[in-house]
Amino acid sequence: MSVRRLHATQPESFAFTPENIEWSKGQISKYPEGRQASAIIPLLWQAQKQEGWLSEPAIRTVADMLDMPYMRALEVATFYTMFNLSPVGEFFVQLCGTTPCWLRGADDLKSVCRKMIGEQGDITEDGKLSWLEVECLGACVNAPMVQINDDFYEDLTAESFEQVLTDLRAGKEVATGPQNTRHTSEPEGGLTVLKGTK
Amino acid sequence: MSDRIKVTVDGIDVEVEPGTTILQACEEAGAEIPRFCYHERLSVAGNCRMCLVEVERAPKPVASCAAPVAPDMVVFTQTDSVKAAREGVMEFLLINHPLDCPICDQGGECDLQDQALGYGGDASRFDGNKRAVEEKHMGPLVKTIMTRCIHCTRCVRFATEVAGVPEIGAIGRGEDMEITTYLEAALDSEMSGNVIDLCPVGALTSKPYAYTARPWELKKTETIDVMDAVGSSIRVDTRGREAMRIMPRNHDDVNEEWLSDKSRFVWDGLNTQRLDTPYVRRDGKLAASTWNDAFAVIAEKINGKADKLAAIAGDLVCAEGQFALKSLMDNLGSPHLDCRQDGAKLSGPRANYLFNTTIAGIEEADALLIIGANPRVEAPVLNSRIRKRFMMGQFPIAMIGAPADLTYDVSHIGAGTDTLADLLAGQHGFADVLKNAERPMILVGQAALTRDDGDAVLAAAIQLAENSGAISPTWNGFNVLHLAAARVAGLDLGLLPGEGGKDTAGILQAAKSGDVETVILYGADEIAGAALGEAFVVYIGSHGDRGAHRADVILPSAAYTEKQAIYVNTEGRPQMTERAAFPPGEAREDWKIFRALSDHLAVTLDFDTVEALRVKMFAVAPHLAQLDHIEPAGAPQAPEGGAMTSDAFGVAVEDFYFTNPIARASATMAACAKAKGERAPAKQGTGSHG
Ligand code: SF4
Ligand code: FES
Ligand code: FES
Repeated sequence: MSVRRLHATQPESFAFTPENIEWSKGQISKYPEGRQASAIIPLLWQAQKQEGWLSEPAIRTVADMLDMPYMRALEVATFYTMFNLSPVGEFFVQLCGTTPCWLRGADDLKSVCRKMIGEQGDITEDGKLSWLEVECLGACVNAPMVQINDDFYEDLTAESFEQVLTDLRAGKEVATGPQNTRHTSEPEGGLTVLKGTK
Repeated sequence: MSDRIKVTVDGIDVEVEPGTTILQACEEAGAEIPRFCYHERLSVAGNCRMCLVEVERAPKPVASCAAPVAPDMVVFTQTDSVKAAREGVMEFLLINHPLDCPICDQGGECDLQDQALGYGGDASRFDGNKRAVEEKHMGPLVKTIMTRCIHCTRCVRFATEVAGVPEIGAIGRGEDMEITTYLEAALDSEMSGNVIDLCPVGALTSKPYAYTARPWELKKTETIDVMDAVGSSIRVDTRGREAMRIMPRNHDDVNEEWLSDKSRFVWDGLNTQRLDTPYVRRDGKLAASTWNDAFAVIAEKINGKADKLAAIAGDLVCAEGQFALKSLMDNLGSPHLDCRQDGAKLSGPRANYLFNTTIAGIEEADALLIIGANPRVEAPVLNSRIRKRFMMGQFPIAMIGAPADLTYDVSHIGAGTDTLADLLAGQHGFADVLKNAERPMILVGQAALTRDDGDAVLAAAIQLAENSGAISPTWNGFNVLHLAAARVAGLDLGLLPGEGGKDTAGILQAAKSGDVETVILYGADEIAGAALGEAFVVYIGSHGDRGAHRADVILPSAAYTEKQAIYVNTEGRPQMTERAAFPPGEAREDWKIFRALSDHLAVTLDFDTVEALRVKMFAVAPHLAQLDHIEPAGAPQAPEGGAMTSDAFGVAVEDFYFTNPIARASATMAACAKAKGERAPAKQGTGSHG
C-alpha cells in the first residue's frame, strides 16, 4: 500500500444517474433515521461503478446525500483500497502479488502489464487498460490470478494473460475463471479421487 | 454510597463510581498514568496504548483509559510487565518519530519528550527508513509538521466534538494514515488554536509563535483575558517587555481549558501600534509631548467649563480606571458620562445586565432561546459550553435574529421583534417549549439592545423569562451576553449619565451642536471620528486606533497585560489581571492618569494608591472585592420599555478578528480575517451529527 491521495485533476462536478439516485435511496432507507451515514460504502461504491473511479465531487455528493461532514466521507474513501481515487482503464486489472500468487508466477504477469500497459496507475492511450498490484484476493488455489473489473481470471501464465488482455481490448468475449483446462478449483487434468461415486 | 465500586491500585483502596475508567481510578489513588490519546474533555479513543496497566487475572496489559472498573479490581501500575509494555509502546511510537527535538517548538513542553524520558530506550533498534509525511496547510494559526504526528486523534476529536467543525480527519490507513483538514483548508473555527495545546507532540504548533522562543526562557504570568466578556483565564508568556504568546489556564466555571483564537493570538497586537508618550495636536498635527504639557492643554480647555465636558468609557478598560474616571467626573460636576459606547440600553438592577445563569449553569439548562446574539463569534468559549450542553441531548435551541451557523442545531424562528412579541403572546410553539422546560434559558445579545427600542426589547425578554418560569428562587434563566470585558464593571460602578446627563448618543449629538466642547474618550475606539464634530477630544488608551486618530490630546495608558486590575465578566464575576510586562515608554496605569489629571483640574481625587482607590470602589460596589465569586443578582426587573419597532435584529460582531484596538493592531488577526475571506463558502455539516 502506499499513500493514497485524491487525483490531481478533478472533474467540475458529479451527479448520480436517475437510476442510481433511486438505488441510493433504497440503500439509505435500510438504515434508521439519523443513521444514514451507514450507507456510505454502498453509495461510494455505486459512484465508482458509475464513473470508474471516485472523484472529489463524487465524495462530496455522497456526503451531502448522507448529511455527513465531507471529511468523514473522505476518510472512508481513502481508507478502503477498493476505492479508486484516480481514473482507471475500461478494463481495470487488479493483480495479486501476495505470496501464493507470487510463488506461482505473479512476477511474470507483472511483466506482461508493464509491457502492454506501463507502470501501475498508467492508462493505455486507448483508455482500455490500467493495472494495480493488490493483496490476496482469496483465490490462491488458482494462483496466479488477476481480477479485471468484476471478474477473476485464474491459473494464468504470461501467455494466457497476454491473450486475455488482448482479447478484452479487442472487445472479444473472454471466459472468466481458470485460463487452463482446469474446471473451477478441481485438480488440474480432472478428478483424482472420489471418481466412482454415483 | 453503597453502589460505589472498590478498586485497589498498587495496594491502595479507592472507591469510585461505576463506569469510571481504570485510568481515572488510578488517578484517584494517586498513581500517574502516562497517556497520549486520552483527554478528559474529549471522548475516549484508546488508540495510543501508552496507558497500559496490569489487572489481576487479565491475560494481557489493559488500556486503562478505555476500560471501565469492575468491582474489587486489583490494578498494578508499577510492575515490570507494565514498564515493559509501556516501553514497547514507546519504542513503536519513536520508530517513526523524527529526532528533531532541538528544532521543535514543542521541545520542553512535549508529552512525548517527557514520557520518552521515562519509558524510552537509549538507542533505536529500528534501522529501516522512517516514514515522512507532507506538511498540511491548516491556515494562519496552526503550523503542521505532520511527520511528528503520533495519530492520537485528539485534534480530530476536538474539532468534531468541542469546536463543532468536523473538518479534521485521518485519511489513509496504517502506516500511511495522515491527519489533515478537508482539502487542506484552514479550520473554520474561532477555537482552532486549542488543537495546538491538545497535540501531545509538535505536529500542531503555533504558527505566529514559531521559532521565536523556548518555553523555559519565558516569564509566565497568570492573568485574565479581555478580548470578550467571558473573562477566560490565561497565561501570558513574556520575554523582557514583549508578550511572546498567550495560553489558556483551566477554569472549570469559565473557559474550562479552552481559549478563543482572538484571545490566544492577539499578542502581537500588544507589541504594535502602542501609544508610548503623550501627544498634543498642534496646528492640526499630533506631536509628541510631555505629561505636564498635555495636562496643561487639557486643563485650559476644561477649567471653568466642566458643564461642557463629557466622557465615554470603552470596551477594554478596567474597573479601577472607570472608577477613577467616574470620580473625576463627579468631582468636576459633569453628569455627561457613559460606559456604553455602543448605545446598549442596559442599566438598572444588576440582574438586568448579567449572564445570570452563569456559564457553568448552561449545562443545567433544558431549553434555550437566543435573541439577537451570535455567541459563536461574540463569545466562542461560551458557545462551546452551549454546544457541550447540546451534545448531551434534550436541549431545544431557538434563535431570533440574523441567521448564523452556531455549530449546533438551532431552529431559526424569526428575524426580530415580531417573533419576540409572538412568543410573549404565547402565539409561537417555542413559547410552550420554554414554558414546559424546567430550567429554560433566555440569552439576549447586544444586537437586540443597541437599538433605539433596546429598552422595549429588554423588557420583552425579561417578561418572557418571567412568563416561562425562567426566574425562580432556584433558577435564573435570564442572560445578557456582553461583548466588552469592561462593560459589566462600568455598569456596576454607575458610569451612566447622571442627573440631566447625556448618554453616548446625546453626547455625540451635543458634540456636533457644540453643547459639549470637550470629550474624554477613555479607550473608546468604536466611535467614528466624524461623529464627534468639532469637540476637543482627549483620548486615553493604549493603542493608536480610531480614538487616537481623532484626538487632540493623547494620554498613553497600560494594556490589560500591563496592570493589575479588576475586570468583571458577563456573569458578574470579578477577576483580577496581573502585570506580565510594564507598559511601554511613558504609558501609565489608567487610574494614575486620572489621578494626575485631577490635580491639574484642581479637583484632586482622594486616593494615592491603587489600594486606596479600591477601598473606595468597593464601598460603591462591594461585590467587586470578592474575586472569582459571583454575587447572585436576584430577579431582573423589566424596565419601562415603550414599544418595540418591528425591524429585524442586526449583527453585533461583523468581523470576529477586528473587534477592538488590540485586535486591529495584530497582524495575526489580519491574516485570519484574510484567510476567512478567502475560504470558499463550501457547505459543511454543523457537526451536530458527530
Ligand atoms: S496532529 Fe497531534 S493531536 Fe492530531 S493526531 Fe497527530 S499527534 Fe494527535
Ligand atoms: S495470494 Fe493471490 S489470491 Fe491469494
Ligand atoms: S491513553 Fe489509553 S490508549 Fe491512549
